[in-house]
Amino acid sequence: MTTTTIEGRTVHVNDEGFLIDPDEWDEPLARCLASRIGIELTDEHWKAIRFLRRDYAAQGETATLRRISTVGGIPVKTLFQLFPQKPAKKLAYVAGLPKPHGCV
Amino acid sequence: MRNLVVLGGGTAGTMIANKLQRRLDGGWTITVVDRDDEHHYQPGYLFVPFDGYTRDEIVRSRHHFIADGVRLVYDEVDRVSPDEATVHLNSGRTLSYDYLVIATGTSPRPDQTPGLLGHEWHRSIFDFYTLDGAEALAVALESFDHGRLVVHVSELPIKCPVAPLELTFLAEAWLRERGIRDQVELVYVTPLDGAFTRPVAAARLGHMLEERKIHLVTDFMVESVDADHKLLVSYDEREVPFDLLVTVPVNMGADFVARSGLGDELQYVTVDKHTFQHTTYPNIFAVGDANDIPTSKAGSVAHFAVDVFVRNFLEHVEGRPMTESFDGHANCFVEAGDDKALLIDFNYDTEPMPGKYPLPLVGPLSLLEATRVNHLGKLAFRHLYWHVLLPGHPVPLPAHMTMAGKRSPGTQTHEPINEPINEPINEEA
Repeated sequence: MTTTTIEGRTVHVNDEGFLIDPDEWDEPLARCLASRIGIELTDEHWKAIRFLRRDYAAQGETATLRRISTVGGIPVKTLFQLFPQKPAKKLAYVAGLPKPHGCV
Repeated sequence: MRNLVVLGGGTAGTMIANKLQRRLDGGWTITVVDRDDEHHYQPGYLFVPFDGYTRDEIVRSRHHFIADGVRLVYDEVDRVSPDEATVHLNSGRTLSYDYLVIATGTSPRPDQTPGLLGHEWHRSIFDFYTLDGAEALAVALESFDHGRLVVHVSELPIKCPVAPLELTFLAEAWLRERGIRDQVELVYVTPLDGAFTRPVAAARLGHMLEERKIHLVTDFMVESVDADHKLLVSYDEREVPFDLLVTVPVNMGADFVARSGLGDELQYVTVDKHTFQHTTYPNIFAVGDANDIPTSKAGSVAHFAVDVFVRNFLEHVEGRPMTESFDGHANCFVEAGDDKALLIDFNYDTEPMPGKYPLPLVGPLSLLEATRVNHLGKLAFRHLYWHVLLPGHPVPLPAHMTMAGKRSPGTQTHEPINEPINEPINEEA
């Protein structure tokens, strides 16, 4: 576990740069995290991020793409457009949550 | 008289019924419901396409393995009414229960991916987690002598997550033995970002793909299959052409789970991951592939889970707290081809590591290393399954994982992503 400074704030991150404590996250931080991976957040991005945060708070696990699509109502196709190539990973990163379980 | 109803007479359901029949007193009736009388040894499917097992080595009569005194009902489950503690069967019959165990497993669902069940299904597109699919693939492989053979995983979780890698290794060895390896391009397509989920095992298995010149396509979430042009198409509009496709369709729990409001978005029963007790209904448990615990859907997990469940259940029905806690223990043989296999052993918190199993330092099985003894272990397991495991006899393997005799490989296997997913994300074609 290491700390990193984002926009003058110190947060705890793992070796992949994911926030360790979801409570250190807030919306301005999400904008910084997103810009680090080349994404500018639109309303559509926020809809996905807020669903993921809400669902994590209720379930204690990061939602999979299927769950975001069937429960959150955002089609997988759209998620790939919003967070290209690795939507599950990128979305969790921006939302300050752990990577979804690989479901071994 | 108290009623225990077990839905599903597969690996977990059969073991639970047999163990509890022995342990519960005469004041109980145990009923097992299944749709048919065919118990399949599912790990055997893997060998069917390569002139391995035949149907009669894999299929036995279900009732033969269920202890005398357990009532076996052949029917389909329509739905469970948890508030009335009743199971409604398709025939119109109902069963009331004091306790319900759901052990109806998970099934491949080719209907969930557009284009899969078209005119090429079981012609150039195959599944192998069904006996019919594995047998059809065996026939197709007989006449396959050149082109692109693509092995594909649709979405996780799947039953036996290492099986598609094993199938790929076995296919590679089989093509080599027939002298046609050079005429075949082998491709492994996965929605994961590497060969497997757990980093240490992913690195080892990824290396094995490389050694065998098997092309790895990662982060591929299939949207549809274009059967006319023989293409896999992803949500981000990449295409993978194939001549022969072996796919692992989306896996889902039983439909009645969704109809009964007991499951998640993939119809897996939502349970406490340490006790298998339903998240809402304390008299409902789900054991084996049917539940949503974050570990492998595999027979070994079902076996370890049943040991924990039975001890807890006996406490629970006497009104005592459940004292056992499942740790997610899984171990899987991974066939590597050439009559060798690896073994991996892990749980919720610990990665697969090198070492020996089941006895620290002694083995005889080797973890994360391809050996002939492991392969023989895998073959011997079929006998153990029918004659020791299913009848519920004790197996001298502890349910909980041990760290003794294992060594950390001491290598950094994570993608070191502090500049998070920038580089690693953009590298694939």
